Amino acid sequence: MIQRIRTIAFHTFKESVREKVLYNLIVFALLLIGSAVLFASISLGIERLLLVNLGLSSIAIFGLLMAIFIGIGLVSKEIDRRTIHNILSKPVRRFEFIIGKYLGLLLTLVVNTAIMAGGFYTALYYVERHLGHEDLLLLDAIYFILLQFAIVVGLALLFSCISTPILSAFFTFCLYVVGNFLGDIRWLGHESGSAIFEKVTALLYYLLPNFSDFQVISQAAHGKAVPSYLLTSGSFYALLYVTVLISASILIFEEREF
Amino acid sequence: MLAIETIELTKDYRVGFWRKRPQRALERLSLEVEVGEVFGLLGPNGAGKTTTLKILLGLAFPTAGAARVFERDPRDVSAHQNIGYLPENPSFYDHLTAQEFMTYAASIFGLSDRARSRQVGLLLERVGLTDSRNHPLRKFSKGMIQRLGIAQALINDPDLIFLDEPMSGLDPVGRREVRNLILQLKEKGKTIFFSTHILSDAETLCDRVAILDHGKLQGCGELREILEVGLSSTEIVLEKPNRDVIVALEPFASSIVRTGNRVLLTLGVESDLTEVLAEVVRSKAKLISLNPVRMSLEDYFMERVGDNDAPPPGKAAAGMEPGKGE
Amino acid sequence: MKQGSETRFRTRPQIWLCWLLLAGGFLALWPIQRAIDRRAGGVGENAEILDFHSGKTLRTLSLGHAGLLADIYWTRAVQYFGRKRIAHARRFELLAPLLRITTQLDPHLLIAYRFGAIFLAAKPPEGAGEPEQALQLVRQGIVANPGYWRFWQDLGFIYYWDLKNYKMAARAFETGSKQPGAMVWMKAMAATISAQGGDFQTSRLLWSEIYLQPETETVRRSALAHLAALRADQDIRELNALVIRFRKEHGSDPRSLNSLVQAGYLKAVPLDPSGVPYVLGIDGKITVGPQSKIDRYLLTEPSSPPEAHA
Repeated sequence: MIQRIRTIAFHTFKESVREKVLYNLIVFALLLIGSAVLFASISLGIERLLLVNLGLSSIAIFGLLMAIFIGIGLVSKEIDRRTIHNILSKPVRRFEFIIGKYLGLLLTLVVNTAIMAGGFYTALYYVERHLGHEDLLLLDAIYFILLQFAIVVGLALLFSCISTPILSAFFTFCLYVVGNFLGDIRWLGHESGSAIFEKVTALLYYLLPNFSDFQVISQAAHGKAVPSYLLTSGSFYALLYVTVLISASILIFEEREF
Repeated sequence: MLAIETIELTKDYRVGFWRKRPQRALERLSLEVEVGEVFGLLGPNGAGKTTTLKILLGLAFPTAGAARVFERDPRDVSAHQNIGYLPENPSFYDHLTAQEFMTYAASIFGLSDRARSRQVGLLLERVGLTDSRNHPLRKFSKGMIQRLGIAQALINDPDLIFLDEPMSGLDPVGRREVRNLILQLKEKGKTIFFSTHILSDAETLCDRVAILDHGKLQGCGELREILEVGLSSTEIVLEKPNRDVIVALEPFASSIVRTGNRVLLTLGVESDLTEVLAEVVRSKAKLISLNPVRMSLEDYFMERVGDNDAPPPGKAAAGMEPGKGE
Repeated sequence: MKQGSETRFRTRPQIWLCWLLLAGGFLALWPIQRAIDRRAGGVGENAEILDFHSGKTLRTLSLGHAGLLADIYWTRAVQYFGRKRIAHARRFELLAPLLRITTQLDPHLLIAYRFGAIFLAAKPPEGAGEPEQALQLVRQGIVANPGYWRFWQDLGFIYYWDLKNYKMAARAFETGSKQPGAMVWMKAMAATISAQGGDFQTSRLLWSEIYLQPETETVRRSALAHLAALRADQDIRELNALVIRFRKEHGSDPRSLNSLVQAGYLKAVPLDPSGVPYVLGIDGKITVGPQSKIDRYLLTEPSSPPEAHA
């Protein structure tokens, strides 16, 4: 079983890492990061801050686009192109397929993020002439960005088991946006004065993926380390949520006919 | 043991946007395929051939009835260890090379490293793709993809091979190769389940055929028996016959076709051939050819399918029963 | 000939037309865009967009990229300020809103508070001339970044230079001097400004504190000098008051301090803390003697060194 999952993951990685779109996105991201070096000259006193903010935000945004794009290729594309008939006719269990796909795509994202992070640190070194402790703290922010990606890919996986590529991308993106506002939604429910509304918003708060937990870019940019309790609990949250998503995907996929 | 068995297999699909109405794709299909035979599933487009195939592969699930592959439920993954499948109009992964894709397929089957590379190399050579093995699949032509599909269907040396329109996309050379391949596989004792709407292919290769239309089995039987059902007519071709001989032969002929200086007469089965020939000799007409025409698979097919839902009543040809053969 | 027909294909009328439209279209865009720009008033900020309910809304909408947005808004504020300065403007309407949004997006963007306050407080055409707004901005900075002593410095200077509110300035410096990492001169500023504002008691207190703190020798000497000067200030004030009394009672100015002694106002010519007698300057004001070691510049009302006469 492990061996099959591994081979599916490996070949999924190979297939998706060669997508032209990813190369374009990476190039864009690196260009943007590089240009931050120039932007600083039109502002005042924020060379490092701007570079870090722009760099981390670029990695986050482009990575999100990649996660959604390759996420829908997970299952939707295979169903559309009917490559899935071929693989499922072989001795592979449906859940092995799902898990292998997920891991392969996560690996693709990790590799792409590493490339962007490499470009980012290069730009940082160029501007600062040395890399210090503060700069290492930024790795925490990048780790949290990756945790977000893990959840997004899980969402894309789930939706792509249910609907078409375009709709999957749309729903994944919507959930990502809503997931960033959950704190405010809950607060709204609290302030609304209606008990039902409050309960509904509280339910949503716990049900939907809470991406605002992972928003640490600004903090890291100012040199504040992510506290260790947040690192552990954030990691667990992501792990659990991904497990939930994958389990749901497997359940749907097991019953799906082609 | 039977290689394939379906027992009253029924499949309904729900169609429609709001209120889903069931549409019956298969109705109480019962088939048996013996080990070692080449079995053809024939039918017009939309008859249910692909549905049957999908259920046998565990890609779709029956609404009622059952399907068995080597006496196992198709949803049982162990049933897949021993089968190969070539989908219709296959498409594979754009960015993997042929070699990588075959390796992928091989490792799913759990082949050891050595066995894997050996099998991959062998099969790529068998289908003539060795030179293109490091090209990404998106650069492959339709024929190349088809050949790759055959290669990956055989990667695990399966005992039962499902082929869905195996000849599509191939040029005459390719078709000949595939035909030879199937015959070779048959010689090795493999079972082949073959779905097509090209009757001439089935005619050349199958031991038995089943005909499906609108989800129902319209006929099933040994090809040998179908084709030997008897003479259906005789065709003679005369060159520059005079009017007299034509007039003389007219009562015997069901059709007379003139092309240039030649005339083709189709004589019914009941016609006395000896008398016809005597007439031809008497009139000193030039006989170009004389061909007995047997019922073709196409005739059998058209008879069974035609344009009606139900099989033609009471029209079972000698030895044929709609339903199980033998 | 093959060649000819190919050329004919490439130069069909449709091809010419397309190229013409392409080039012509692009060229025509240029003046149209300029006309739009002229009407719209040039490259400027759109005030309505800025009044984005609040920076808080924007922050929520930014999906975790508020830091980057803050940097962008800060850059816009700097550019806006620069443009207005170049144009010698006297009003900088959008500066405060831009700064407000910037700091709401990133409450820890210290430079926005500091430079922003400078831009706001300075009088036109150097700045917006809005010291109250500057104070408000810095106070917001303090709320979001408690313990950052430089904000108190900024407050102190705004009160001192722009509002001439010495009492508040001194208080700001004093509070700031208590924050972690504050430099020692914060207290010195508080002390000096207190004195300038006439609050000699506070000034003396602060200088004494500075003297008693374990600082470098230079600092302590400076504190001593200040204390001495304060003393001298007080003495000078009292002596000036006596001069005025003499004038009133005798109808004319005293010629020197001796006159005051002779008139019975003083027992003797008083000595300054450095042991040198005070002198009465030609301007009728008391000052320290030419030999005095008191640092003239530390006196609250430094007067020109007197002509040499007792």
